[in-house]
Amino acid sequence: MNEDIVARIEANPKYHELVSKRNGFGIFLSILMIINYYGYILLIAFNKEWLGTKLGAGMTTSIGIPLGLAVIVITIVLTNVYVRRANTEFDELNAEIIREVNK
Amino acid sequence: MISKSTRQLIGLALGLAAAGGALAAGADLGTTQKQATNWVAIAMFAIFVAITLGITKWAAARTKTAADFYTAGGGITGFQNGLAIAGDYMSAASFLGISGLVFANGFDGLIFSIGWLVGWPVITFLMAERLRNLGKFTFADVAAYRFAQVPMRTFAATGSLVVVAFYMIAQMVGAGQLIKVLFGLDYTVAVVIVGVLMMCYVLFGGMTATTWVQIIKACLLLFGATFLALSVLWQFGFSPEALFTKAVEVHTKHDAIMAPGALIKDPVSAISVGMALMFGTAGLPHILMRFFTVPSAKEARKSVGWATTWIGYFYILTFIIGFGAIVNLVPHPDLYFVDGEIAKGLRGGGNMPAILLSEALGGNIFLGFISAVAFATILAVVAGLTLSGASAVSHDLYATVFKHGNADSASELRVSKITTVCLGIFAVFLGIAFEKENVAYMVMLAFAVACSANFPILFMAVLWKDCTTKGAVAGGIVGLVSSVALTIMSASVWEAVMKNPKGSAWFPYSSPALFSMTAAFIVIYVVSKLDNSAQAKLERSLYPAQKVRSETGLGAAVASGH
Repeated sequence: MNEDIVARIEANPKYHELVSKRNGFGIFLSILMIINYYGYILLIAFNKEWLGTKLGAGMTTSIGIPLGLAVIVITIVLTNVYVRRANTEFDELNAEIIREVNK
Repeated sequence: MISKSTRQLIGLALGLAAAGGALAAGADLGTTQKQATNWVAIAMFAIFVAITLGITKWAAARTKTAADFYTAGGGITGFQNGLAIAGDYMSAASFLGISGLVFANGFDGLIFSIGWLVGWPVITFLMAERLRNLGKFTFADVAAYRFAQVPMRTFAATGSLVVVAFYMIAQMVGAGQLIKVLFGLDYTVAVVIVGVLMMCYVLFGGMTATTWVQIIKACLLLFGATFLALSVLWQFGFSPEALFTKAVEVHTKHDAIMAPGALIKDPVSAISVGMALMFGTAGLPHILMRFFTVPSAKEARKSVGWATTWIGYFYILTFIIGFGAIVNLVPHPDLYFVDGEIAKGLRGGGNMPAILLSEALGGNIFLGFISAVAFATILAVVAGLTLSGASAVSHDLYATVFKHGNADSASELRVSKITTVCLGIFAVFLGIAFEKENVAYMVMLAFAVACSANFPILFMAVLWKDCTTKGAVAGGIVGLVSSVALTIMSASVWEAVMKNPKGSAWFPYSSPALFSMTAAFIVIYVVSKLDNSAQAKLERSLYPAQKVRSETGLGAAVASGH
């Protein structure tokens, strides 16, 4: 890639918009993911009893089980939320940048 | 299984849940008896082999250049690649190991399912599109993009090969042990079969064949696991509460299976193991390589979205299957337990709950099907590992380091194929050499090296403008050496393998990742900051162009090398 193209892209405000939006979104979701996972692990490390509490009187299922399944589901959802937004909104912005630089 | 001590369990569990699951069968079930030859399973496996060899023949006609060999010419779609990645990751171990862990301990199995999934969002948010935009065939392409090629490639290829070797040993030993139990074949015969078939796929069909083998296997595994889980839920009118109530009633640990047990012993180990899993996944060469088989960053993202979805779904199924095994197997000790006694454990060992459940629910035919799928699973994972090892040798070491980028496609392809044969022979040899060894720590070691050596150099090279060759190589070496050294000094190797007295292990935690990965990042940062050479200035000046390409995909390697 020649330096001229790099310079033109760097001069395009849309490029900086793309980078800051997409990376910001990635970092935001990463933080949610870390809270999601480490929150659960630390709960296990520090409060096993609470996770073993029954969901309701006379029930067998403990709080920790639906919570654990929720961690899995949240992981899947966060990943797909990123993929969807990156593949539509961010990719459109990206396509515009490339169109403009090729003009 | 129930009388097993906690300490053993933690060590085993780490191995079990990982791709080498069956390897723990080797460690744990040294007494595994060879079972009666299972002809239904062998027939089903023969059908799988016939179909996959047919695909290999078809793929061989399309594998002419190095690009075809490494990346299937970049012609795989996001959905297909997602299944293939899931196939790489959903090993026999996650299937048999996690369901075995749930069978033995209930709740604790769930912690493992979660742990093995959380690396995927990290890959999605930080790596997938950048890898696709910057790389061509191997992750070293990305790590070395703006750096001095010889040192960076040499180090990245070393990191790849170390990870591949540890992972491979775990797989081969697991394969031998598992097949001995499932098919009633001799250990050595099983290891040789895996080695020869895997070599055929990779040698003749390259990435195209390896990908399709992986896709077929992923579909079979998802189908089998879905069938098992639905059958179990159907028994209880699709009420998890009814399933759990029955499980608590029959399990020897009763209500303890509904709460976390001894799996997480201290917070430091918990965080450290979590880091190894979370960031190690983003440093596994055979997984990273898959991002180069799709035509664009968009498809790379789609692949990781699908992969995460399938893997997460699969782990939920294994949890249900584990509980299904409790309610279906424990009430019939005469049928499923050694000498009809629960205390003596399941027939065939601790990895068998899913297999015996398939027998209980679907008879001999379904038992044969699930056994064949488990064999196919190991085979496909080993093929993927071999391919990534071969590409590290031919593309990084031979073409770039040795030939300084002047190797033509034909000679690079030839070196790949020679390496494939060497790796195949090496894998069979290691499988046989380690038959009686305790290899439960090897998968964890592969993850520790991946997150301490491969991931930091990749991350810093792509995202930090001031990173230099010297910094990346120094940090990578520190990560590699410290992760291996700390693993050797931990209880799982120092005491369990090297037979030192209990409590003598110097490193008290289950994984070195927290320390070794942090050390790697610090060294990369400090050495890069101190590096004021002309080379360092040049490398920093190349960052903007690298960033533009990694963010926009402009100038990225096109789909096909043709």
